[in-house]
Amino acid sequence: MSISPPAPPPTILLDADGIEAAIGRLAAAIAQRHQASWPAFIGIERRGVPLATRVADRLAAVHPDRRPPQIGSLDISLYRDDLAALHTVPQLRGSAIDFDVDGAEVILFDDVLYTGRTIRAALDELADFGRPARVELAVLLDRGCRELPIHADYVGLAHPTSPRDYVRVRLRETDGADTATVGHKEITR
Amino acid sequence: MNIPRRKDLLSIAPLAREEIEQVLANAAHFKALFQRRVKKVPTLRGRHVLTLFYEPSTRTHSSFEIAASRLSADVTNFSVSTSSVVKGESILDTIETLESMQVDYIIVRHSASGVPSLIARHSKASVINAGDGWHAHPTQALLDAFTLREIWPDLTGRRIVIVGDLLHSRVARSTSTILHRLGAEVAVLGPGTLIPDTRWEWLQKFRTFDEVLRWKPDVVYLLRIQNERLGADPFFPSLGEYHRHFGVTDERFAHLAAEGVYIMHPGPVNRGVELVDAVMTYERCLINQQVENGIATRMACLHWLQPGDPAS
Repeated sequence: MSISPPAPPPTILLDADGIEAAIGRLAAAIAQRHQASWPAFIGIERRGVPLATRVADRLAAVHPDRRPPQIGSLDISLYRDDLAALHTVPQLRGSAIDFDVDGAEVILFDDVLYTGRTIRAALDELADFGRPARVELAVLLDRGCRELPIHADYVGLAHPTSPRDYVRVRLRETDGADTATVGHKEITR
Repeated sequence: MNIPRRKDLLSIAPLAREEIEQVLANAAHFKALFQRRVKKVPTLRGRHVLTLFYEPSTRTHSSFEIAASRLSADVTNFSVSTSSVVKGESILDTIETLESMQVDYIIVRHSASGVPSLIARHSKASVINAGDGWHAHPTQALLDAFTLREIWPDLTGRRIVIVGDLLHSRVARSTSTILHRLGAEVAVLGPGTLIPDTRWEWLQKFRTFDEVLRWKPDVVYLLRIQNERLGADPFFPSLGEYHRHFGVTDERFAHLAAEGVYIMHPGPVNRGVELVDAVMTYERCLINQQVENGIATRMACLHWLQPGDPAS
């Protein structure tokens, strides 16, 4: 029986301070573009939701005079195109958008932008809630490798990767700690 | 929780509690879709659902149809009365035909117990038992459990009495099993001829409605009395007699309403037999919720199952 060599540890792209700084960059860029009022923030489950909340908190702290952004969540599970490939019972989280999206400006939030398929699904689901005037996209980490013509308007960190890499973002609300790491799939699985 | 997906849903018996919990949790999210402007999601786009009802059914059949169409699946009704089944085609020949049609899900109701599992063993499609003989009606059980869990998130210690024809009821069998598995105390009441002493030892058995009222149930679940039980060899003397002994009469209804007891019935109701008219407008009558929840629960079932090769 051969013993596989120890897997090299994944590289840390962002530590806790780096995540905070990336969130700060997102907030600053959004504030620069939206000078009158905040768009509605819609986080994509799961990590897009705490991300949207944290960016909103930053903006509210810097602009106490303005009405804080409304926050909603999208669980795109029912809009994915790969249900047949799932081998365990899918766990739904549900979407919660308790404001009218018709005519609204919306920023979608997600932790990692990769193939773009999640965003495609999120846009499909959002359209079933109503017809927003405009939709922008904010991501903590853009890892490249798009399979659809989708781009982010606000990026916390751009770090090009290959499909052989895996990228993992952890946020303290969902995972107990703030980090973003990249590693190789073949070695670490 | 990582629970492997199943190919078929044939009865409640083999389901683990965690699996039931997960499907019920998902059903709540499907129900939330009904409040949206667009009630339909693209989850099963391009998938095909075939309904195969050898026994007449209006509400279960349309509930499955609505569930499938809200998931964007295509639905075909294999209409039994007009099909070659009436020309004497065997079940196995029908299965061969269905396999050639390459549908992804088959919803089956049949008067003979075991037909859904026979089809499941010979088909790549996911099979959902929509009621087979006296055996099982698992989606009814899931929607009943879902309906009660909307009232009590934890059913532990809740008392549910099932009233009626336990012997011939697949609803009683499946619903009592799921409620028991979720921690409820389940009892039954009905004519002695319809409640076998030698089976279901884990169920408390009552002989009179007075005993039931003294037990202080949280829910009275009325089973439909089927007229065929009054045929040449009747199990009880008459519908009037049944109503006097086991129905929710005006007097019993007053008592149940005063105690805030919930009332359920799988439908369709025989007014004046299982219950009096006044029950239908009682605020704790859950019959309409059962119908609405049936759609959400059946969406959760279609979403849960995964078509594939039958296990040998």
